[in-house]
Formats: sequence, structure tokens, C-alpha cells
Amino acid sequence: MSLEEKESYYQWALKKGISRRNFLKFCTAMGAMLGLEASALPKIVNAMETKPRIPVIYLNLQECTCCSESFIRSGHPLVADLILNMISLDYMEVLQAAAGDQAEAAKQKTMKDFFGKYLLVVEGSVATGDGGVYCTIGGKTTQSVLEEAAEGALAVVAYGSCAVNACVQGSAPNPTNAVPVKEIITNKPVINVPGCPPIAEVITGTIVYYLTFGTLPELTNQGRPKAFYQHRIHDNCNRRAFFDAGQFVESFDDEGAKQGWCLYKMGCKGPTTYNACAITQWNDGLSYPIKSGHPCLGCSEDHFFDKGPFYTHLADVPNHVIGKNPDQIGLIGLGVAGAAAGAHALATAAGKAGKTSTHNSPKDKSGN
Amino acid sequence: MAKRIVIDPITRIEGHLRIEVNLDGTKITDALSSGTIFRGIEKIVVNRDPRDVWAFVQRICGVCTHIHALTSLRAVEDALSIKIPKNANLIRNIMTAALHLHDHIVHFYHLHGFDWIDVVSALKADPAQTSALAASISNWPLSSPGYFKDVQQKIKTFVESGQLGIFANAYWGHPAYKLPPEANLMGVAHYLQALEWQKEIVKIHTIFGGKNPHPNYAVGGMACAINLNDNDVINMERLNLVKSKIDEARTFVDQVLMPDILAIAGFYKNELWGGGVSNYLAYGGLPATDINDPDHFLFPRGVILNRDLSKVYDVDLKDPNQIQEFVSHSWYKYDDKTIGLHPWNGETNPSYDGPKPPYANLDENKSYSWIKAPRWKGQAMEVGPLARFVIGYAKGNQEMKGLVDEALRKLDLPISALFSTLGRTLARALESKYCVDHLAGFYNELIANIKAGDSVTFNSEKWEPQTWPKEAQGIGFSEAPRGALGHWVRIKDGKVSNYQAVVPTTWNASPRDLKGQKGAYEASLLDTPMAIENQPLEILRTIHSFDPCLACSTHILNKNGQEMLRVRSR
Repeated sequence: MSLEEKESYYQWALKKGISRRNFLKFCTAMGAMLGLEASALPKIVNAMETKPRIPVIYLNLQECTCCSESFIRSGHPLVADLILNMISLDYMEVLQAAAGDQAEAAKQKTMKDFFGKYLLVVEGSVATGDGGVYCTIGGKTTQSVLEEAAEGALAVVAYGSCAVNACVQGSAPNPTNAVPVKEIITNKPVINVPGCPPIAEVITGTIVYYLTFGTLPELTNQGRPKAFYQHRIHDNCNRRAFFDAGQFVESFDDEGAKQGWCLYKMGCKGPTTYNACAITQWNDGLSYPIKSGHPCLGCSEDHFFDKGPFYTHLADVPNHVIGKNPDQIGLIGLGVAGAAAGAHALATAAGKAGKTSTHNSPKDKSGN
Repeated sequence: MAKRIVIDPITRIEGHLRIEVNLDGTKITDALSSGTIFRGIEKIVVNRDPRDVWAFVQRICGVCTHIHALTSLRAVEDALSIKIPKNANLIRNIMTAALHLHDHIVHFYHLHGFDWIDVVSALKADPAQTSALAASISNWPLSSPGYFKDVQQKIKTFVESGQLGIFANAYWGHPAYKLPPEANLMGVAHYLQALEWQKEIVKIHTIFGGKNPHPNYAVGGMACAINLNDNDVINMERLNLVKSKIDEARTFVDQVLMPDILAIAGFYKNELWGGGVSNYLAYGGLPATDINDPDHFLFPRGVILNRDLSKVYDVDLKDPNQIQEFVSHSWYKYDDKTIGLHPWNGETNPSYDGPKPPYANLDENKSYSWIKAPRWKGQAMEVGPLARFVIGYAKGNQEMKGLVDEALRKLDLPISALFSTLGRTLARALESKYCVDHLAGFYNELIANIKAGDSVTFNSEKWEPQTWPKEAQGIGFSEAPRGALGHWVRIKDGKVSNYQAVVPTTWNASPRDLKGQKGAYEASLLDTPMAIENQPLEILRTIHSFDPCLACSTHILNKNGQEMLRVRSR
């Protein structure tokens, strides 16, 4: 059975009794989520009318399952809609009914019947130390499980920081020699979707992008979808004005903390972290770490666990054009807050205007 | 002659678990449980800032996210003698109770549900009769004939597509499924509703911790400041959102979960296998006042041996003769593999001597797991909601006793029915009810405390490392959704010098010890029947009743040859 013989999403929707009106509403919401212009809407509608449900194999390798948990929290699309109507989730140990040999047989069938046509989503790192004995599935090493599943995949989505950079188990001294997916799979596209975990709508959005447009999303130079990882958290932080005004939290629960001031001095990694937290936010756009009073840990950046201690502030803020050390700003802010705020508001405007040109400045070690 | 059956991967769990059984006809004569993932997080946290460690060990598990972070905070706070503010204790309790609710309900419907509910049978149901069934047990509004017809049509269309996704190649039609089609359809509908509901309850974590999974914390309290007169911290709008999620959760538990568990259990009430080791352990948790006040824990502490509810033994996590870990059948080496070590004195050196992957079988006479064998005074224990409830019952916790007695009365079952696969699953549902009631209580206390003028969430006295002693050690414990959880930390010169965790699934999924005593999973399979040898439905049902969490259980590693820590009395 080839993919082309399968029904499109729209045919599915019709069968399910979903009206054209509701179908279009869904497409509009999808476009908005992906940050598209209204003129792109017909393209989405067309894609959803003609594309079949794509088989997806989701591997859980060496991980803590936080990414699977985040995946099921997706609010748009709802994960039930995704797995019942939009994709065919043919293997995912966390959710599938079958176990053992029967689960493996389902995976083998998809790999054979849809060779070259299924998406492979990988959560977790690959344990390569001591012949791979630190993580086995069905008696096989994670490396062999990954290589086998990747062979016929049209693309690989490395979902979460474990798959992108080996995350916590890859931190020094990396006892199991955990490595990311991109070090094992080098002969086909690997889309990196980092975060510990990534925001739910970021993973579902990445998959739906492909379903909708039939192409992989445009990627940053670190192989991440630009749609979600183009900007630093600092660029869109709801507390940014306090940074610019030099108003900083000096200790949790101090007077500044009670007024939602900037967490830079508490060790916030927002200035070097590229992620959608400040824009999409978490759990249906409800909050994100900074908004709830805790500095960003930088969980979407490579080896973030080795960039600590977490509560020590960054030596410098890349790409800010104020020209002053925020420690000095803080002192000014305490003394003449009004004047400082005015001065830095101007600097913010200048910074925003110059954002494109400063975006890839060599000073920015993290890059995007 | 018994036949060897292997189930790997065990799906619908967290992490990687392998079960091998010897099957003689329909009877399981022996069982082996092997954890096949190892990450080494304790070694990674050595030499880190103790204030950072919660974030590392939180990543032990993303399913029971929160509880490892909480337990780590408690260990560090114990070591540094930090007393947290009342609001911080209440917020942590709110987050803990919310975690239990999320975890238990996702487990019941999404991880365990297909062990009881036959999706394909649901296609044969009469939607009108399903509606009548639903109305007879609950006031839940989503129960019209039209609603069930829509759900049935959705599943029918899906099945007819030939792309069966997560339902593919499973055990539909197996004789161990006992529900009539209408109950199956109701179960499938509630599977989908629970999937939508679960993303709501975690918003309580998002409010206080910024995200879920893996919300944020601070040693000394909570990082989220409370100010009713500011618009970007915990204020009335944020608190109202928490309150609305608590109310939704209570409705869901009362009107969906509790009626479902009693209805489903009614059809399976004669199948009371899977009791297992029959010893139960809880460290205690949900401190009503303070973590150093065990008399006011809402999850009581204790040990019950051999199902004897007349005697509850006390537990001391610091007594080197009580909790010990053995490695006679684990892939680690000890200087002397015949002895057990208390976590303060733990040694964990991986030493894999299993078969080279890919392998077909493990051997229960050799080492066969990355999980150690923890024992309490030399005995294998079961931990989790059932352990908490039998200990609470035996200790005379009236609320727990009331919930148990009422459920057993409705099911017309004796107390001994608790000691089974079904009893474990029932206890988890009863605990959801217990947690949702206390969640509302904690919230009311938080509001009352703020109203009384206390908005403090953080104690900064010992934040700076120069305020710390040169050396310190502490213990953190909690009752995780899956059972008793302990973290042991040692701090030297401002850095972590040793870290050990003994987690619920280490107890439950434990391999044999030197005396040949099986762990809880292994023991529970011995009286579990298996009707069809290549369809392990009954095995999945019994193993899932423990809610396995393998990433938790198999992460332990620390440096060799460390001196024994002195046990500090509190």
C-alpha cells in the first residue's frame, strides 16, 4: 500500500463529518500557529486536502520521557487530533497498545511498507559506551535501533535536548558516552528540536509544518526550525523593559521579585537562549520560567547543564548595544531609576532597529 | 516443560523494561524483570553547586516530573538546615498533589487502560445503551447517545482506514477482556477526554514553576513571588487559575475516574491474582506542617509485612541496618557482592557481564538488570499507592479507611482483595480522590495565609555558600506517585561530594537478591495466568498495575571507595 493511495486529511475530515467551514477554521489556526501570512492559507487548505496521513515512528531511546509528556500536552493541535486524524503513529512505546514482539512487528511493517515515506521522531540520546549496553530495547542497542529505523525514514526529527545534544546524561563526565542523533545519522536530514523538554506546540508544529507544506521547515544554522528558534528569549521577554531600565531581582522573593523585575542577576540564560518560550509560552501559552519568577536555565542550548552554576549571571549579554555592563546599570537603577529608564529605553529602540545586523555578531557565542 | 516467553519492550511505561517468564501451559512458573537503561546521573551531579542539583535529578524522570526535584530540594535543605516558609510548603504540596492526579489519571487511561478496555469491542456497542450505562453511574455531562455515537464513528473510521497507529497489532478480542461493548465504548470515550483533561491539571505547575514538564524551584522555598498588587507575579488572576484547575480536577475525579474504576473493577472482581511480595513500605509525604514533622504527614510512614494489617513497623531512613541495596543479580560490582549497603555507604560501579547485544535471553541465575535490589531489613518490599493505602488503613487514617471500605463495599469484596493486580489499580484511583480533596485544602490554606498577611515564598538566609558549613549531609524523601522516594546528599566545600537516590521502581522492579527473594514485579507474575502464549495481555496488566518508571530506577552511580557518611540525627 503506497502513501499516494491513502486518503487526504480533507477526505478524512469529510468522512468524520467535519464541515468544510470547520476544516478551513482548522487550516487558519494552523497558519496562525506557524506564523504565516494570510495569503498562505490556500496553500495550507490545498495541502490538507491532498496529503494522506503520514506514518510516524517515534523512538524513545536514552531519556526521561519528558518529551513524550510534553507531546501529549499539545493544545493546538490536540494530540488526539494529531494521532487519530493527521498522522499514523505506528510506533511509540509510551502510547501503543501492543508490546514486545507485537510492537516490534508493527514497526517493521511500517518500515517495510512505507520505506522512504515515513517520518522518524527520536526522543533520547544514543548510549554508545561499552558496546551500547547502557540502553537496550528488545535486546538491541539504541544505536542499532536508531540506524535501522532511520534507514527508510524520509527525515529524522531529533526531539528534545537528549536527542539534540545528549542533555543531562551527556553532561560531564558522560558516564555512558551518550551522543546525539546527528552524530549517528549523517546521511539524511536531521531536524533539531531542542529543549528539556521542547514546548508541546513546537513538536506538533514541526510535524504539521511538514504535513501541510510537504517540505521540511526552514532551519537555522544549528538545524532548528526557524519558526520556533529564530529569536532569543531575551528579545521577547516580558521582563525585558526591566532589564533595559536596570531593575533587577537580587534575591528570590525580594522587592524586585515581587514586582516582576529582570532575573538577569539571578543567572537568567534568556540572553543566550534561542527558543519560543517568551512567545508561544508553555501549556497553552500560560507562562514560562521567567514569567513565573525563575531564571531561564537555557535548556534548548547545547550542553546547558555544563554551563552552570545556574544562579551565576552571564559574563556579558550578547547583542545588546547599550554599551554598559548590567551590573553598573543596576547601580544606576537603584540611584536614579527614572533617568536610567529613559536612557535605556532609547537604547532598546536602537537595539531593536539594529537587531538584524547584530543578530549574527561574532560576539554571540551561542549562535542560533 | 516450561517455555520461555520474552516481552521487550514492555510498552505504555516510562523507560525500558524487559520481562521474561517461564510458561507451563497457562501457568507462569518463573519470572525475571530487567531494567535495560542506565544513565549515571548521580555521578554527573558530583562537584556541582547543591542549589543546581534539583534541576539535574529532576531529569531522572519526566513523567513524575517535580517529585525528584522536590526530594532533592529537601535533601539539600536538610543538609544545610534550611527551613522553608509556610507558603513554599503549601505550594510544593499543591504541586505534589497535582502531580499525583496527573500521573495517576494518565496512567489509568493511557498507560493501563488498554489492559482492561477492548477498543475493537467498542465498535459493537449500542450508543444509546452506552449512554444509559454512563448515566447510571455518573452525572458527567458528556454522555449523550449522540456523543457516544460520534466517538464510535471516529474509532470506526480510524480502524477502517487500515492505518491502525497506536492500536496496531494489539490483543483485541483476547479472552481476558471482560467488559461488555458498551463499557468498552465508554472507556474509549473517557480515554480521549482524559487526554484533553490531563493537559489542564499540569497548568498548576506552570503557574508556580513556569512550565510542565520540568517546572522550576529554588532551594529555600519557591522562586515564584506572591504580590496581590502586581500584574506579573502570583496574583489573584494566577491563583484563580489554580483554583479553577482544582475544581475541574475534582469534577473529573468524582464524575469520570471514580465511577469508571468501580464499573470496570466490577467486571474483573473475580480475578484477584498478582499480589506479589505482600510486604509494603512508605516513607511518608505531603507534610501538613513541615517535612520534619512525620506525625502530620498526609501520606503516613511505615512498613507492613506479610499482609498483616495488625502491625505497622516504623521506618528509619538513616538506620544503616534498615534500607540496604544488594547487587548479586545486578550489573554492578561491590567489593563483596554478598552484602547489602545503606545508601550513605553506597557503591555503584557498573560492571556489565550480561550477553552482548543483540541478545535473545537473560539468565536469572546471573546478573540480569541495571536495577539494584533494595531491601528493608532484608525483605523485598512493594511501594506505591497500594502500600500507602494499606499502611494508612492499618494506622487508622480515617479518610483512607473510609475510601477503601466504601469501594470494597460497592464491589462486595473483602479487604484481602486489595492484595492483587486489581487492588493496586483500585488504590491508585482512591489516592486520586484523596489527593484532589487535599489539593483543595492546601489551596484554601495558602489563601488563608496570604490573607493573614504572609506572602513569603523563599528563605534567603542560607542562599550564599559562605553561610554553609564546610561539610554537611542530608536526606530528602517523599512519596512519589509510584511510591517511596529517597535522595541522600553529601556536601563538601560548597559542592556536592556524593549523591544517591533509591526510587520507587528500584523497589518494585528489583531483581532477585542473594537469598533468591524476587522483587515485587517478579513475585506478582507467579500467580498471573496467561491464556495465549504470544499475547501477553495478563502480564501487561499485572506489570502496569505498578506503573513502571524505568528511567527512575536505573540511574544510580557514584564514586568508588567513598568513606562511609556519618548519620546525623535530627
